[in-house]
Amino acid sequence: MNANVEKALETHGEGHHEHGHDHHELSFWRKYVFSTDHKMIGIQYGITALLFLLFGFSLMGLMRWQLAYPDTTIPFFGKILTAVLGEHMAPKGVMSADLYNSFGAMHGTIMVFLGIVPLGFAAFGNFVMPLQVGAPDMAFPRLNMASYWSYLAGGIVMLISFVVPGGAAKSGWTSYPPLAGIADVGPNIHIIFNGQTLWIIGMVLLISSSLLGSVNVIATVVQLRAKGMTWMRLPFFVWAQFVTAFLLLLAFPPLEAAGVMQLMDRVAGTSFFMPSGLVVNGQGWHGSGGGSPLLWQHLFWFLGHPEVYVMILPGLGIVAEVLANNARKPLWGYRSMVWAVLVLGFLSFLVWAHHMYLTGMDTKVSAFFQTTTIIISVPSVIILTCLIISLYGGSIRFNTPMLFAIAFLPMFGIGGLTGIPLAFNATDVPLHDTYYIIGHFHYVVAPGTLFALFAGVYFWYPKATGRMMSEFWGHVHFWPTFILMNCIFMPMFLQGFAGVHRRWYSGGIVNGDALFEVTQHVLHWNTFMSWASWLLAVAQIPFILNFFLAWKYGHKSGDNPWHATTLDWQTPTPPPHGNFTVQPEVYRGPYEYSVPGYPEDYLPQDKKLDQKEAK
Amino acid sequence: MQIPYEVEARPDTGLYNAKLGIWLFLASEVMLFGGLFSAYIFLRIGAEPGLWPHQILELGPAFANTMVLIISSVTMVMGWASAKLGEYKKFKIFTGITVLCALAFVGIKSYEYHGDFNRYGVILADKTQVTGELVKDKTNDRQITLIPDAKQSTELGREYLKKQGEGAEKSGEEQELAFDRKDVVWFSNFVPSYSTFFSVYFTMTGLHALHVIGGAVVIFYLWGPGSRMYFTDRKHFVNRLEVAGLFWHFVELVWIFLFPVLYLL
Repeated sequence: MNANVEKALETHGEGHHEHGHDHHELSFWRKYVFSTDHKMIGIQYGITALLFLLFGFSLMGLMRWQLAYPDTTIPFFGKILTAVLGEHMAPKGVMSADLYNSFGAMHGTIMVFLGIVPLGFAAFGNFVMPLQVGAPDMAFPRLNMASYWSYLAGGIVMLISFVVPGGAAKSGWTSYPPLAGIADVGPNIHIIFNGQTLWIIGMVLLISSSLLGSVNVIATVVQLRAKGMTWMRLPFFVWAQFVTAFLLLLAFPPLEAAGVMQLMDRVAGTSFFMPSGLVVNGQGWHGSGGGSPLLWQHLFWFLGHPEVYVMILPGLGIVAEVLANNARKPLWGYRSMVWAVLVLGFLSFLVWAHHMYLTGMDTKVSAFFQTTTIIISVPSVIILTCLIISLYGGSIRFNTPMLFAIAFLPMFGIGGLTGIPLAFNATDVPLHDTYYIIGHFHYVVAPGTLFALFAGVYFWYPKATGRMMSEFWGHVHFWPTFILMNCIFMPMFLQGFAGVHRRWYSGGIVNGDALFEVTQHVLHWNTFMSWASWLLAVAQIPFILNFFLAWKYGHKSGDNPWHATTLDWQTPTPPPHGNFTVQPEVYRGPYEYSVPGYPEDYLPQDKKLDQKEAK
Repeated sequence: MQIPYEVEARPDTGLYNAKLGIWLFLASEVMLFGGLFSAYIFLRIGAEPGLWPHQILELGPAFANTMVLIISSVTMVMGWASAKLGEYKKFKIFTGITVLCALAFVGIKSYEYHGDFNRYGVILADKTQVTGELVKDKTNDRQITLIPDAKQSTELGREYLKKQGEGAEKSGEEQELAFDRKDVVWFSNFVPSYSTFFSVYFTMTGLHALHVIGGAVVIFYLWGPGSRMYFTDRKHFVNRLEVAGLFWHFVELVWIFLFPVLYLL
């Protein structure tokens, strides 16, 4: 539509239902598929990301069979694997080493880039953030749509890579060269349609998607805040999204550069990451050499570490919202949390080489990165402490979102504290690449971030659909998930201390004996952890059913079921195109719960008080 | 529904949405090329002594391209200013020149690539590198014959040529050098896989050329079909030109860094 006409319509519509005048029924395709509405895009992102999470999780479920019962046929799923992926990948339903490597690499890639980040940053960022700042939509709605479709394309490319000859990428989610450079090359393997090359292409699409998303989020927060929504009145969730967007904007491009270089290595035969004198299968590798595998590690971890905060910050934001709302108290130390999150974002660019202590770096360099790594724990602890103190003296409502949010605190705490030994290179060297690392970062991401995201799903579900998810099935989902997550990840610390390596196919057992005797006494945990992971899958069934059934059969929620103060709850439910029926104006901070003297226990940000009430 | 500040600047930030958007986008572009430039530094520092070439590329076309891009940047600003001042004809002329400059850049770059593909080099086991023109009928599966370039780009190459020159009789013909295939560890024309220098060179200039093409497409659209907006919503149109211009200046700036790094150092 011509911009002048649009403007005329707007003037005409002033004071009325604002979106009412250009409200013509959109076709099914424009409304649900090629939508430019931030709420629909948020829901698209959310459902796609949840599906990818389920898929990535099931890859691990299959790998855990190989760890618990090495070299035996996988019941039921074994046949499917053989049928889909071929006899050489899963001979007689047994997981081959190549398949194990490929599932491991793709589990990491899918969980991080197609699951957690799209759910935390893109889905919640899209759906909730514009509502919370009082914007009618994102600043660039069409770029927003392009972002989702680019993400989906990247996801589909990753999925296709499973069925090409040679199978999906198998050099770890980090794709370290020279291993990744020589992987998936051979007489029957296509130069483009092979696992590793498709991985790079998929990543480039995902990076483009996150670039569009992050520009959009920053522009929306800066430009589209409602009247009176000053920076220090922004809900903490918005701050978390804002910093996350900057991390994505600035940290991802170096990986894109690295991806282009690895693509050149694989397709054009360059040697960016291929060193001189490389020997593959007893023969000299044909290439000019002179490249540097370390260069990839630097570029990868320059993204890789901020990426950790990209995963955790939206989670922290969600937990802050849910905690304040259900403790019926203002967040304790809101300002210090805001400054902490800004410092966290800045410092996250200066710690990447703590992933590389084993590369033989100079002691001066490693001293620098050890120092920054320890410094970065300060703002994280500030945020977590503020969240815990916020609970003190509150009259807490233990609904499902709150359960997940409260469980997040100790789980994320364990994840964070177990990271401290990894920050120092003396203790990192023996723990590096063991199950200790796996346990550490899974505590941060799985019972940490993922719990926060579950809290977010339960919390904002009524705003998106107008119906509540079942509290009973929410509890049935929460308790087993909480217990089983710990059953999976806690033994990993034991195994890691004993020296069980993270990439051992067959769980450290060869022909019935431990590969290394020192690990003998902890290998029996493999079976326990595997059963816990399969039961965890069963424990997600209530959530899946709850999620889809409540859409139709849940209790009607009304506009503000949680009695929340932020602007996202002061809209009709579900919010119409354009979000607000009247242009919102903000008069106070985001967490005015239990204001003394005010009759209700919550005071919305946009509620205008008359003279008498204000006193 | 109208998104606020699509055209008018928001008073407290002084920006309209797209201007903030393009600056953010450029920040990420800085990080993209920053990644590549740091790769260049990393690889150059790690290169074996004497192997990294100096001024192996021809300066002429690159210098011409630098001029072309500088001119196009100036005309881009002039085009934007003309549109803002309401001088439609001048806007058309200046922006048109910008698009032509972009095409000229891509043309010259292709010519340069073509030249690179027709130059050859051999690297011997002791890392001596000799570059030159291939004598096709004296090159077979036993030997490689080159007419070496007068100016070799590496120290070892210059020494090698000097040694060969002392032994040979000076004749009127161009000197031909034959290499035994057994002594040669690398032989090819100048393609990305030739050496890490050419990997960097082709990747960076290639990516830059894609940016030039992308920018040219956008500016061409604003010059052609997109310019209708000049008559319906001029302010919005001028904003679009400004945003396209910001991108264009960035692309030019990248070249200003690429030129000395790849051609002069």
